[in-house]
Amino acid sequence: MQARYVLLPVLFALTVTVASVGPAPAGTIEGKVTYTGTPPKMKPIDMSKEPTCAKEHNPPLLSENVVTGPGNALQYVVVYISAGEQSAQPPSEPVRYDQKGCMYVPHILAMHTNQPLQIYTDDPFTHNIHPMPKRNPEWNKSQPPGAAPIDTKWANPEFIEVKCNIHPWMHGYFAVLNTSHYAVTDNEGNYSLKGLPPGKYTVTAWQEQYSTQSQEVTVGPTGAASVNFVFKVTPYLY
Amino acid sequence: MKRKPIFVALFAASLILLFATRPTQCFAQIDIHIHTATNAMESHIHGLTGEAFGDGQGRPDVGAQLYRRYCIGCHGPNGDGNGENAMWFDPTMGFAKPRDFTLGVFKCRSTPTGMLPTEDDLFDSITRGFVNTNMPSWRPLTEQERANLIAMVKAFSPRWQAEKPGAPITIPPETAPTVESILHGRELFDKIQCWKCHGPEGRGDGPSALTLTDTKGNPIRPYDFTTGERFKCGASNQDLYRIFMTGLDGTPMPSFSDNIKPEEAWDLVHFLRTLQVTLKTRELATFQTWLKGHPNTLKPIGQEAP
Repeated sequence: MQARYVLLPVLFALTVTVASVGPAPAGTIEGKVTYTGTPPKMKPIDMSKEPTCAKEHNPPLLSENVVTGPGNALQYVVVYISAGEQSAQPPSEPVRYDQKGCMYVPHILAMHTNQPLQIYTDDPFTHNIHPMPKRNPEWNKSQPPGAAPIDTKWANPEFIEVKCNIHPWMHGYFAVLNTSHYAVTDNEGNYSLKGLPPGKYTVTAWQEQYSTQSQEVTVGPTGAASVNFVFKVTPYLY
Repeated sequence: MKRKPIFVALFAASLILLFATRPTQCFAQIDIHIHTATNAMESHIHGLTGEAFGDGQGRPDVGAQLYRRYCIGCHGPNGDGNGENAMWFDPTMGFAKPRDFTLGVFKCRSTPTGMLPTEDDLFDSITRGFVNTNMPSWRPLTEQERANLIAMVKAFSPRWQAEKPGAPITIPPETAPTVESILHGRELFDKIQCWKCHGPEGRGDGPSALTLTDTKGNPIRPYDFTTGERFKCGASNQDLYRIFMTGLDGTPMPSFSDNIKPEEAWDLVHFLRTLQVTLKTRELATFQTWLKGHPNTLKPIGQEAP
């Protein structure tokens, strides 16, 4: 009882101090990613070699190399702060990657370097998860049905292609970034980077087929900045 | 015509500079570009110290010199597997392209997937050679020379400076190759779907077999057990156990160590031996004797419930 009376005011005082010292006015960078040109037609995925999946996805899903939305929007573009930010600790809460119905969910998963990554499987058959990094160690693990999630992390920033050799259509990316200010565009091409202190930043957008683009932007004390990206697309994949 | 002595002196000086600074011995003048000059690596194998460059005076037995002589044709001056012979290796015919040492990724390891191999692993690899590829056994070289070559292989990738090789996995003593063990191994082969690539009879003809590529995008074949060839990473049951538990990095063959218990892995090894029908293994004999007493009792492999 006694301890509580002492503790509560102390906690209260602490909270007030933190709040008053605490976060500087936080700005936001928002924008839309679009394309010009003719995007490639995504092909239906033939899952006949895994009948369970073929049955689950009827009509078949389309491959996800270039996914477009209404108004020339480009989905699955990773937008992140590539310069201008104070170095930050990686978050300790894990990000989650799923294997579901012979697809990777989400198609592109962004994370901080050294942030815990958990890879789950939902499928009633074996997958192998084979990330193919260039700047991190490459590994390849099997995950039979009902297996525990794979716990891992990546130390160096890069875009890592992931595939399942058993189901060759399964294809995704880990976007390993040196920042926790990142977003992956939605089907309308929108993204938003929140919680940025005022300052000058370089914002970079990455699309798996069309590489990267960068723009510089200044976030003022009042907060919001708008950065749009336009990718020139070609009707073929490479 | 009288020359000015200053020009004579300059000419003589430049001649001296030209010849005096050259190495006195003449070796093949192929430039081996190393990523960074600091990659002067050593290896420590079987009590020997292998050197990639030695003291830089072109001693003929250091790794770089041996590499120029024996390896450069396939693995290339940059160690990236793009030697002048590499274009003639046809992966669609099962001949793997020469290893790219700059990646620091190796198939035959005693270490878990994602880790660098030990120096002994590399030593064993070049000593053994790789069956069914263009990589011969280098047993004719002395152990010291092979150790020097390992130092050279390490010099090509910065990974060897940034990371330490993993700890070798422990291989528990082999269990008895009983019928129960073989039958359980067979169940596992079905359940963890080895047959998706290796085929229901281990012929390397599973439904995914034709789509497989290695990390560099080259086609690659799953092992066909029925040919009875040696495995790439050794021929013993221990080697088979190790391949299965560590995976072959850079290829579609994953590691199963997270999800398979050691005794189960031995069961699988015993079953895999029964697939090597041309070798007449003891496991195959045991299995066939059992099959004679139990006709039509086994469910075919690879028949999934709809």
